[in-house]
Amino acid sequence: MTELQNTTAPAAQTPAGDPFLSVRDLRIHFDTDDGLVRSVDGVSFDLHKGRTLGIVGESGSGKSVTSLGIMGLHRSKRARISGEIRLNGEDLIAAGPDRVRQLRGREMAMIFQDPLTAMHPYYTVGQQIVEAYRVHHPDATRKQARTRAIEMLDRVGIPQPDRRVDDYPHQFSGGMRQRAMIAMALVNDPSLLIADEPTTALDVTVQAQILDLIRDLQEEFGSAVIIITHDLGVVAELADDILVMYGGKCVERGPADTLFDAPEHPYTWGLLGSMPRLDRELQDRLVPVRGTPPSLINVPSGCAFHPRCPYAQLTGGRSTTEVPVLAEAVPGHHAACHLAAAERHRIFTEEIAPRL
Amino acid sequence: MFAYIIRRTFAALLLILVVSAVTFAIFFLLPRIAGETSDQLAAQYIGKNPSPEAIAAVKKNLGFDQPLYSQYWNFLKGLVGGAEYKFGPDPVTCHVPCFGYSFKNHLEVWPELTKRIPVTLSLAIGAAVLWLVSGVTTGVISALKPRSIFDRLAMGVALAGVSLPVFFTGALLLTVFSYEWPILDNLQYVNFTDDPIMWARNLILPWISLAFLYSALYARLTRAGMLETMSEDYIRTARAKGLVERKVVTRHGLRAALTPVVTIFGMDLGLLLGGALITEQVFSLQGIGAFAVQAIADNDLPKILGVTLLAAFFIVVCNLVVDLLYALVDPRVRLS
Amino acid sequence: MRRSRTVALTAAAAAAVLIVTGCSSGTKSSDTSSSGTSAAGGADAATKNIVNASDKKGGTVTYEMKGTPDSFDPGNTYYAYIYNFSRLYGRPLTTFNPAAGEDGNKLVPDLAENMGQPSADGLTWTYKLRAGLKYDDGTPITSKDVKYAVERSNFAPDVNSNGPTYFKELLVDNPTPYEGPYKDKTGDLKSIETPDDLTIVFHLKHAFADFDYLVSAPQTVPVPQAKDDGANYVKHVVSSGTYKFESYDDGKQLTLVPNTNWDKSTDPIRKQLADKIVVKMGIEQSTIDKDLIAGNAQVDLVGGGVDPQTQAQILQNQKLKASTDNAYGGRLVYTAINTKVAPFDNIECRKAVQYAIDKTSVQLTLGGPIRGAIANTVLPPDIPGHQDFNTWETKDNKGDLDKAKAALKACGKPDGFNTVLTARTERDPEVQAATAIQAALKKIGVNAEIQKFPQGKYFSDNAGVPQFTQDHNIGLMMMQWGADWPTGYGFLQQIVDGRAIKASGNSNLAQLNDPDINKLIDDAATNTDKAAREKIYAQIDKKVMDQAVYVPLTDFKVFLYRPDSATNLASTPAFSGEYDYLNIGTTK
Repeated sequence: MTELQNTTAPAAQTPAGDPFLSVRDLRIHFDTDDGLVRSVDGVSFDLHKGRTLGIVGESGSGKSVTSLGIMGLHRSKRARISGEIRLNGEDLIAAGPDRVRQLRGREMAMIFQDPLTAMHPYYTVGQQIVEAYRVHHPDATRKQARTRAIEMLDRVGIPQPDRRVDDYPHQFSGGMRQRAMIAMALVNDPSLLIADEPTTALDVTVQAQILDLIRDLQEEFGSAVIIITHDLGVVAELADDILVMYGGKCVERGPADTLFDAPEHPYTWGLLGSMPRLDRELQDRLVPVRGTPPSLINVPSGCAFHPRCPYAQLTGGRSTTEVPVLAEAVPGHHAACHLAAAERHRIFTEEIAPRL
Repeated sequence: MFAYIIRRTFAALLLILVVSAVTFAIFFLLPRIAGETSDQLAAQYIGKNPSPEAIAAVKKNLGFDQPLYSQYWNFLKGLVGGAEYKFGPDPVTCHVPCFGYSFKNHLEVWPELTKRIPVTLSLAIGAAVLWLVSGVTTGVISALKPRSIFDRLAMGVALAGVSLPVFFTGALLLTVFSYEWPILDNLQYVNFTDDPIMWARNLILPWISLAFLYSALYARLTRAGMLETMSEDYIRTARAKGLVERKVVTRHGLRAALTPVVTIFGMDLGLLLGGALITEQVFSLQGIGAFAVQAIADNDLPKILGVTLLAAFFIVVCNLVVDLLYALVDPRVRLS
Repeated sequence: MRRSRTVALTAAAAAAVLIVTGCSSGTKSSDTSSSGTSAAGGADAATKNIVNASDKKGGTVTYEMKGTPDSFDPGNTYYAYIYNFSRLYGRPLTTFNPAAGEDGNKLVPDLAENMGQPSADGLTWTYKLRAGLKYDDGTPITSKDVKYAVERSNFAPDVNSNGPTYFKELLVDNPTPYEGPYKDKTGDLKSIETPDDLTIVFHLKHAFADFDYLVSAPQTVPVPQAKDDGANYVKHVVSSGTYKFESYDDGKQLTLVPNTNWDKSTDPIRKQLADKIVVKMGIEQSTIDKDLIAGNAQVDLVGGGVDPQTQAQILQNQKLKASTDNAYGGRLVYTAINTKVAPFDNIECRKAVQYAIDKTSVQLTLGGPIRGAIANTVLPPDIPGHQDFNTWETKDNKGDLDKAKAALKACGKPDGFNTVLTARTERDPEVQAATAIQAALKKIGVNAEIQKFPQGKYFSDNAGVPQFTQDHNIGLMMMQWGADWPTGYGFLQQIVDGRAIKASGNSNLAQLNDPDINKLIDDAATNTDKAAREKIYAQIDKKVMDQAVYVPLTDFKVFLYRPDSATNLASTPAFSGEYDYLNIGTTK
């Protein structure tokens, strides 16, 4: 993985071949009685096969809305979606809902945060995997589908899969359930796997196993993976590239290595500060990001982060009036911040890095 | 699953026994507590102007002179073994299951009840099918398009259905379709086996008036259940699989949303089978409900006791069926 | 008294709703009754004449009824409408002339050739049967079957318990009490003799002038002993009338078809018009009303009148109203004053109550004029012998507080007193009437506490137990009374004869025991001249009113719809104002 990371160019540049998933200026707004909710407001990124993108942010930052947008799962009439989502060259926003449905589960699959509620309590695990398989393999017999389900359960590390296939979700442990979810997501060999907080609901020990599993399977299937999390620790293990979202916008985007070593955005600094790290000595206390996430209806003017940003006064007032653009700070690494690059680097090395 | 069925069935049997004891106590123990003598009790079992000899005979034949527990025991024995009363010219046999013998018009209660079961059964089942189909369909469509014109209209009608009593809708339907425009006139119960078409024709109006009330209830219930279920995580999962929406709704949404509906349905059907009093009354159907009303009007204790037991039996059985269905539908139930 | 029980129940249920409609529209109905007579007859036409008189044959006459009767077995019933209806399949010794109004009260021989021949001492009554009478199976009818019918209906209360037992009380019993034909299969009642197949002789304990009326009960409808299986006889009653049982489904339907062995030449009063008669049971009253109006049914068997909604609908519609009959039901609603409870042992205090009560307000609570006309006599207007008079007259029947207070003063209670007024719990209108009376009495300082008792125990445990009324200071009792047969004796004897007072089940609630009145009752019982008897009844009525022991409130009325599709409809006082069912045919 590390090897790959080193040889692959940053996402913003054009590496070998077209990206498998390309998102351009994605906007997902919701018309509510209280006003227009700008859940996602102009997000762009590319993802190649075999690579992993981590989308990081607090709850309400728009990361899950983005993933559901890609899957075409925003069904409400009040959702307004614009921009471009190209999957293997095909624009999903322009495509009809039925076309997106056909791709769903086959070309792109998703696993969810809480495997207990995400699986139907009335059907056996096997039935649910079989169903997922047969949607896209209508010619497959029940028996074939079942064999496939057992095979997938085996693949994700469920012991005695031929027996457990007939169990109901509530008969599985939490980790096993998530494995089963992964089996269900991967049953059609999707080229894109979106994992939305795949470990949040799990025990710490199980979390690592699941992340390992996702990594192993990605290597085996060679698919593109998006991991959505509020926990930088999770993506540190897995992601090649990282996208940090705040208030519906992308505030920083870059290769995992540089982002962890030399984060550009004050918000990312905050996230890093709040991340417990096993490879460092424990700080007196974790440094959380002060304040609360912004309202998506009345987004703060200028830089959405400015009310919480300790350095906002250094921008000469621009942070409250002007929306910062996502600009390339170093090659392949973008950040949306009014602070000058040099200023940022100074603050990071002098004030932030020592405390991490 | 098998053990579960045995367990529930056993519990249901026990419940019926308890219900029978309670019913028995209501009709035999309470009057005693209230100070009624066994003579007065016996007098209620015969027609007007009973002579003292007649009362004495009834008292002896019905065992009112025995202690209460042995009376109950005899009643239970009658249920499974039949009974014989020395009465009038010849002893009368009350065949198994002996639900009692009405001394007012000299009839065994059980055959009288069984004669009426088909009527109530036809009424209840027909109406149930109608209201399940219409109520659930309306509820589902409303839930899938909340706040749409259909939803608002359907829920408005549902509100009307819940608020309008059966005797009103029934009388209205009857007035309009049997008298103003006599499309469906001369309604009277015809056995299904005799003439299925007339059976259905003559039951349509009662079905509709009964179903109108219940479908309203079920539409609202289904709508609420569906709205809740369709926002569940597993529905999102089903969509993420690429299932067509129809299957998402029917296989994943409806199945879960219907569980509470099935529970209520069991109760409602059980209650109805015990006699749809008002509907039977309005449409002059000679069902169990009409039987109960008549029995109460005549103060005919054996009949009242019999019909109460039968109604309780239906409720218990329907609840048993619901329990079993529930286990079949929701695997979590049978294992816990 | 019990014959009209269902009427009372129906009326009780109806009256609450009627108050509004009844009071405004009731007066109008009496206006139109005198005028407009159309082809159909107009309002109340069938109380005066046979409406739609016709000899047209064929068709099905449909009877519908709410609930079920006690029994269709002529020997096991006590409902007026079954007394009326059973004559279609059973001929009693005598019966009432099928006619409207007073003509309907006329008794005529039926199974018997002539009316009964009493002996000089009035203790023996002899009837001769018509010759050549046959049952529906062709076997001949004999006087033994009449004897048997009386035995089974009066002496086997454990099998046929529904009917009254007047014969048992009146006929001389065997030296060892007769146990009835079911228990005593070889013996018989010696006091009924059948010297030959066409003669029957009854021996009475005491003279009884109304005996011809007594034998008009269906209890004298002949029953062949061989065919009697007790409680099951109702399923296959053997017919001596114009129609016979085709099928009987208990609680559901009875179907009658013409009895081909009935011979017109033996029967001066019956016609055999319809091809079929169907009785549907357990029909909702409002449905019956609609079916009558729509012509789907010809008769409401119970004859208790239409339900309140239908009544309101009819009163709005002149055309419908022209097809109604508002007939007297042979029943008095009254308040009994207990002469054995102080201060009502003093006639002045009773007079105070007579004067204080506002009868118009009571009438409203009972359903208005359509459900009852204000009464001032004990005998209802449809009972022969009734004479109009008003002993305790007040202006417009609204009560007279001055006279009432004066009476109180004379009674020595110028400031009033406390007493108890009873009513039957289930009878809402009765309770409301009691409330109206309570309010009226309050105005003269008499505080009447209303106590309610269940109707099933009203006579057996409460108002009908003199000791109970004494113990509980019950001075006033709400009451209704109807006769079992339409004569003054039938109506009066139980409620005014001092010797009829019983320790329990008492009907003489006032405990009136006046030697003069008792004597007049005896005179009437033995006087064989009908006109003379009727004079005596009027005399008794006046004497009772002079004693001020009963406050007549209303004479009960029924409001019947008269379908155009039915022929030969005549409302008869002999059966509580019901149409006479003997000859109803259909134009359909």
